[in-house]
Amino acid sequence: MTALIIDVLLWGSLIGVSIIAWRQDKAVLTVALRKGGMDFINIVPRIALGVIGSGFIAAIIPSEMIVGGLGPDTGWLGVATAVVAGAATPGGPVIGFSIGAVALKGGGGMPQVVAYVVAWALFAFQRLILWEIPFMPARFVWFRAMVSLPFPFLAAAIVMVIGKP
Amino acid sequence: MSESPLKTEPADNGEGAETSPARKGKPFGWSTFVIAVLVVVSAALVWRRDGIDGVWTILFHDISLFGEIMPRVLAGCLLGGLIAAVLPHDKVSKSLGPESGLKGLLIGTAFGAILPGGPFTAYPVASALLAVGADFGATIAMVVSWTLIGYGRAVAWEMPIMGADFTLWRIVISLPMPILAGALGRFVYVRVRHRFKL
Repeated sequence: MTALIIDVLLWGSLIGVSIIAWRQDKAVLTVALRKGGMDFINIVPRIALGVIGSGFIAAIIPSEMIVGGLGPDTGWLGVATAVVAGAATPGGPVIGFSIGAVALKGGGGMPQVVAYVVAWALFAFQRLILWEIPFMPARFVWFRAMVSLPFPFLAAAIVMVIGKP
Repeated sequence: MSESPLKTEPADNGEGAETSPARKGKPFGWSTFVIAVLVVVSAALVWRRDGIDGVWTILFHDISLFGEIMPRVLAGCLLGGLIAAVLPHDKVSKSLGPESGLKGLLIGTAFGAILPGGPFTAYPVASALLAVGADFGATIAMVVSWTLIGYGRAVAWEMPIMGADFTLWRIVISLPMPILAGALGRFVYVRVRHRFKL
């Protein structure tokens, strides 16, 4: 259901922007669509490799080890472990959030779990390589990842101050 | 012919003057190679552990996932191309450029939060914004906002798996981060861009 809503919004936005382009100038629409189509063709091999291959990477990661490192008594060392684990977690959102959920149910510390989820969202290495670099200038991607580095720690600090939900 | 070889590349590339010519990743660069090696090694390990059936199960699942994602990747690429073509360069550099201040970071954040779709939309659109005059700061705010407070992944994945309480609470904690990340990005960018040729 949510996938359907997201598809409707996505294709709806595409149609909306197409109409704007068409009203500006028909040539603009053609050129833009051709450029977008070329980007798509260039990117498909990488996405194919990543999406079709990431199931194998996800199948062999030691998720118990990650979960074990996020205990409530691990303090800032645990937060740092969580950040490294978040960055290193391969696969899509199902893998990342499932590890977070298991850690939460298995008695993981809240600051550590939040740091893990935020780090994964901000700079999961596989997403950087697989999705972000093909679409964006590489120097921007690495710069953004560097700038994002403090934020999982900030999130953990906020949780330590304000407590659980 | 009077073509100047020095001038052709930036124009062809379509990147903004502020961000000097930038190359997107090639279809097969070193990063693809790293992933390919990881995939092959992991598949071999799965094969040793679970046999050929284990390999097929994962392969079929991932191929169907790929088939599901493909149309969305196409939509994202087309959206990126169209946004780059439609948005007026001068207005974008004014409202999202290096001189756009807090307002630029707020616009980037709002844009990232409302953008529909996954990585297949966020990154082509962010790339388009860079190309038409947004600076690193505003684009960082947009990407960070999409990943931390955007509703797409939160509704589709985080809520069902982590629960609504955790998700909403995590989003509230994350609310200031896109603006802080964008501001930090600007602060660092103007200081290191010459040293690192950014």
